[in-house]
Amino acid sequence: MSTATQPQQATPSEGAGPQRARPKVSLKATVVYALAALVTLVAWVLDTPADARTTFQFGTSGDLVSIPNIPVPALGFLVVLLVVMLAATGFSFWRWRERRPLPAWTHVVVGVAFVLAFLTFVGAGRSTVIPMVSLLAGALALSVPLVFGAMSGVICERSGIINIAIEGQLLFGAFMGAVVASAAGSAYLGLVAAPLAGALVGAGLAWFSVSFRVNQIIVGVVLNTLIIGLTGFLFSTVLSDNKALWNSRMPLPRIRIPLLADIPVIGPVLFNQTILVYLMYALIFGLQFMLFRSRWGLRTRAVGEHPKAADTVGIKVNVRRVWNTILGGAIAGLGGAFFTVGSGLAFGREMSAGQGYIALAAMILGKWNPWGAVMAALLFGFSKNLGNVLSSIGSGVPSELLLMLPYVITILAVAGFVGRVRPPAAEGVPYTKS
Amino acid sequence: MKLELQGITKVFGSLVANDHIDLVVEPGEIHALLGENGAGKSTLMNVLYGLYDPDDGQILLDGAPATFKGPGDAVSAGIGMVHQHFMLVPVFTVAESVALGYEPTGAGGVLRLEEARRRVREISDRFGFQVDPDARIEDLPVGVQQRVEIIKALSRDAQVLILDEPTAVLTPQETDELIRIMRELKESGTSIVFITHKLREVRAIADRITVIRRGRVVGEASPTSTETELASLMVGRSVSLTVEKEPAQPGEATFEVEGLSVVAPTGTVLVDDISFDVRAGEILCVAGVQGNGQTELAEVILGIEEADSGSVRLDGKDILGTGVKERLRSGIGFVPEDRSTDGVVSSFSIAENLVLDLYDTPPFARGVSMSPAKVTANAEQRTEEFDVRYTSVHDPISTLSGGNAQKVVLAREMSRPLRLLVASQPTRGLDVGSIEFVHGRVVAERDRGTPVIIVSTELDEVLGLADRIAVMYRGRIVGIVDAVGEDGTPVSRDVLGLMMAGVPLEDAQQQAAQHRSVLGAADLGEEQA
Repeated sequence: MSTATQPQQATPSEGAGPQRARPKVSLKATVVYALAALVTLVAWVLDTPADARTTFQFGTSGDLVSIPNIPVPALGFLVVLLVVMLAATGFSFWRWRERRPLPAWTHVVVGVAFVLAFLTFVGAGRSTVIPMVSLLAGALALSVPLVFGAMSGVICERSGIINIAIEGQLLFGAFMGAVVASAAGSAYLGLVAAPLAGALVGAGLAWFSVSFRVNQIIVGVVLNTLIIGLTGFLFSTVLSDNKALWNSRMPLPRIRIPLLADIPVIGPVLFNQTILVYLMYALIFGLQFMLFRSRWGLRTRAVGEHPKAADTVGIKVNVRRVWNTILGGAIAGLGGAFFTVGSGLAFGREMSAGQGYIALAAMILGKWNPWGAVMAALLFGFSKNLGNVLSSIGSGVPSELLLMLPYVITILAVAGFVGRVRPPAAEGVPYTKS
Repeated sequence: MKLELQGITKVFGSLVANDHIDLVVEPGEIHALLGENGAGKSTLMNVLYGLYDPDDGQILLDGAPATFKGPGDAVSAGIGMVHQHFMLVPVFTVAESVALGYEPTGAGGVLRLEEARRRVREISDRFGFQVDPDARIEDLPVGVQQRVEIIKALSRDAQVLILDEPTAVLTPQETDELIRIMRELKESGTSIVFITHKLREVRAIADRITVIRRGRVVGEASPTSTETELASLMVGRSVSLTVEKEPAQPGEATFEVEGLSVVAPTGTVLVDDISFDVRAGEILCVAGVQGNGQTELAEVILGIEEADSGSVRLDGKDILGTGVKERLRSGIGFVPEDRSTDGVVSSFSIAENLVLDLYDTPPFARGVSMSPAKVTANAEQRTEEFDVRYTSVHDPISTLSGGNAQKVVLAREMSRPLRLLVASQPTRGLDVGSIEFVHGRVVAERDRGTPVIIVSTELDEVLGLADRIAVMYRGRIVGIVDAVGEDGTPVSRDVLGLMMAGVPLEDAQQQAAQHRSVLGAADLGEEQA
C-alpha cells in the first residue's frame, strides 16, 4: 500500500508513550520527617543524660550460639539517629524542589530511625533490656489475622466486590474454630471449621451484593453486626453453660523447623510457629503467583477492572465474583482461628476487636497487591506490639497513648505515604447486562 | 460464512430499538450499516453478538438457525466484534488481553504467556499490525488498541467481523490504515459488518449499504449514491450538510493564551507550552484526535483544571487563579464535552438545569430563598427560544433526547452576556437536525462579535465551522491554519489529518500533495462528479 512509502506519517502516533514531565510533588514527607526529627531532638535528645546506656537484646534462650546483649551509649546513638533523620529531611526537600518523587526506602529509613530513637530513649539508663526478638515475634503474631484478612480482601476486591465483612469473617472463624476444636477435642478440626464459617459469611455477602445488588459496604457492615450479636449471644448462653465442652482452650502445637529455626534473631521469629502461620506463608506466595500468572488470576482481575470486557469473551462475571467472595471469606475465617486455637485461647466476646477493618486498611496501603498488603500488615502488627512491649518494660509514656499507636500509623500511612493508589476500576459496582 | 438476520425485534421499555430488522451479509463482503446515533445499529449488533436477547426474530448462519445465549456462543460460531468502546482491560498487556477467556494454560491453570505472545505476533505479522505483545493497553494509542481488538477477534477464527463505529477515535491516516486492513481481511474471506454514521467512509469502502432509521430498515443503497442521497435516506428528509455562514469579520484579539502547560499528577504533560489568541467575532477550532490535550485546555480556561504555568488573558486580564464562578460572571460560556455528566444534573428538572449558573442571583433568588415562578418563566422563555422539545419544564432533564439536552446547555450558557464561548464536542451524538441548530447558534454568537473556541474531533465539523484551525497533538499545537486560504481554497483534509498525527504544517502540505488518502480521494471524486 502506498502508505508504506510515507514512514513519517505512521510513526509519530505509535510506539513511544506520552510526553513526561515532572509534576509537582507533595511536601508531606518532608514535613513529617522534620516533625520526627523535632520530636527526637526536643523530647528525647535533650532529655537523655550524657552517661546513660541502652541495652538491646538480640538473643533468645534457645540459640545455638548465644548472642550477647548490646549496650550502646544512649545520647551518642540518639544524635546519630537524629542526623539520619535530618539528612532524610534535607534529601526529601531537595527532591521536592527538583520535583522528583521520593524513593520508598527513605520512608523505611526514617521510620526505623524514629522507632530506634524512641526505644533508645525509653531504655536509657534503665536496667531492663529492649527485647528485640520478642518485639519482632510479637509483631508477627499480631500480624497473622491481619495478613489473612488482607489476602481475603485482595481476592474479593480484585474481582470487584468490596469485602467489609472481613471483620465478621474473622470473628465467626474464631468462634467456630474454638467451638469445634473444643467439642471434637482436636485443634486441627478447628482449623477445618473456621474457613467453613468464614465462607458462610462470604456467601452471604456475595448473595446480597450479586443477586440483589445491595450496596456492598452496607451488607458488609450489617453482616459484621450480625456476627457480633450472634457470637455474643451464643457465648453468654451455650458457651458459658458448658464451658468445658464448648469453649475449652485447644492450642495448636508449635512446629519447630530444624536448621531454619536456628538462624539468629529471625529464625525463632519465623520458623518456630504453628501450622496456621506456615499456611499463611504458603498463602502469601501462592496468591501472589496465582493472581498474576494463572488463568484464575487473569479472569479475576479482568472481572474487577472491566467486567463488560470479560463478559464479551464469555467469562461469567457474577459467577466468578461469587466464588471469589466465598473463597475470600474462607481465608479470613481461617485467619480468625488464630485468635482462638492459633493463640491457645478460649473464645471471648468480640475478640476480633476491629482487626478486620485494619486488615482492609493494610490491603489499601499495599495497593491491592498480596506482597504490599503483607508489608502493611506487618507494619500495623509491629506498631501494636511496640505499644505492648513498651508498656511492659514501663516507659514513661501513658499506655492509653501507646494503644493509639497502630491507628495513628494507619491514618498517617493511608493519608500520606501511599502515593496515588488505583483500586480495581469496577470495585463495588454490581454487574448487570443491560 | 453467510449471515442472515430475520425479523429481529428488541424492545427496551416503551422504546422499540429494533423493529423487525432483516439483514443479509454475504461471505467476503463489506456491508455497511448506516444510521444516525440512536437509530438502533448498536442494539442490533449486540443482539447478533449474544449480549442482548432478541424479543423476536432469528439469526441464520449459512442457512441454519443459531441461538446465542452469550458472547461466548457467538464467538464460537465465528462472529467477532470490535466494540465502539474497546473491551480491553487498561492494565493488561496486549498478550493478556488477547488471551483473556481463551487462555493457553499448563498444569494447575498456570498461564502459558509465551504461547499467548506467539499468537499475537503471528496475527500481527500476517496483517502488518506492528503490535508489541508486551505493551500495556493503557500506554497504546487508540489506533493500536483497535488493532488489538481485531487481533482478539481473528485469534478466535472470526469469519464475520463486526466493527462498531471504528473510525470515531482515529486520525484520518489511521482510518486509511484501517481501510487497508478491512480490504485485506475481505481478500482473505472474512465478511465485515461496518457500523457508522459517516457518509464519506461508507461510500469509500462498502460493497453494500443498509440504512436504518428509528429501528427499521429504510432501504439499501449502493456505494455510488451521493452523500446527499445517503443523508436524506438516513435522516428521512432532505438535509443541508454544510454550515451556512458569512466570512468572519474579526476584530481585536480579546482572548489570549500564552505558554500554557498542564501536568497530570502522574507526570504526563497534558498541555505542553501552548500559545494562541482568538479575535472577537471569529471561530477558532481546536482539532485533534481525542486525548491530545484539548479537553484539558478547555477545562483550564473554565478553571476546573489547574494550570502548571503560563497565562490565560480575557479582555487583557489574567484569569488564572480566579474561581470558576468569577470566570462565568466575567462572561465565559462553557459547553462541556460530556453533556450527561458535566453539562447537566440529570436528576434535576429542565427548569433547574437552566439556572444552574445563576440560581443564587436575582431574579431567581431573593436572599436565601429561590423564586420558583421566575425559574419556570425563565425556562419557558429559553426553551422557546432554543427550540427545545419537552413535555413539561419540570420533568427531569434525563427524559430529553441528546439533541434537546444539548440545546438546554446552550440556552443556559448563552443566557449571560458572553465575552468568550468555549464549546467542547458541541454536536457529539446529536441527530442531524440538532447539529444544524447548534452550528447555527454558534455562528450567530460569532457574528455578535464574541470570540468562539470549538474543540472538536470531527474533521467535518471543524472544516464546516472554523475560521481558523489549531491542530493539537500530544499537548502541543502543531500549527494554526486559516480555514480558507488567501487564494480562496479551503484547507485540505489530508493536511489536517497529517497534522493530527503530529506532522508539522509545511511537511504535511508536502506529503499531502504527494499522496492522497482514500477518503481524500473520495472527496476529489465528488468534486469531479
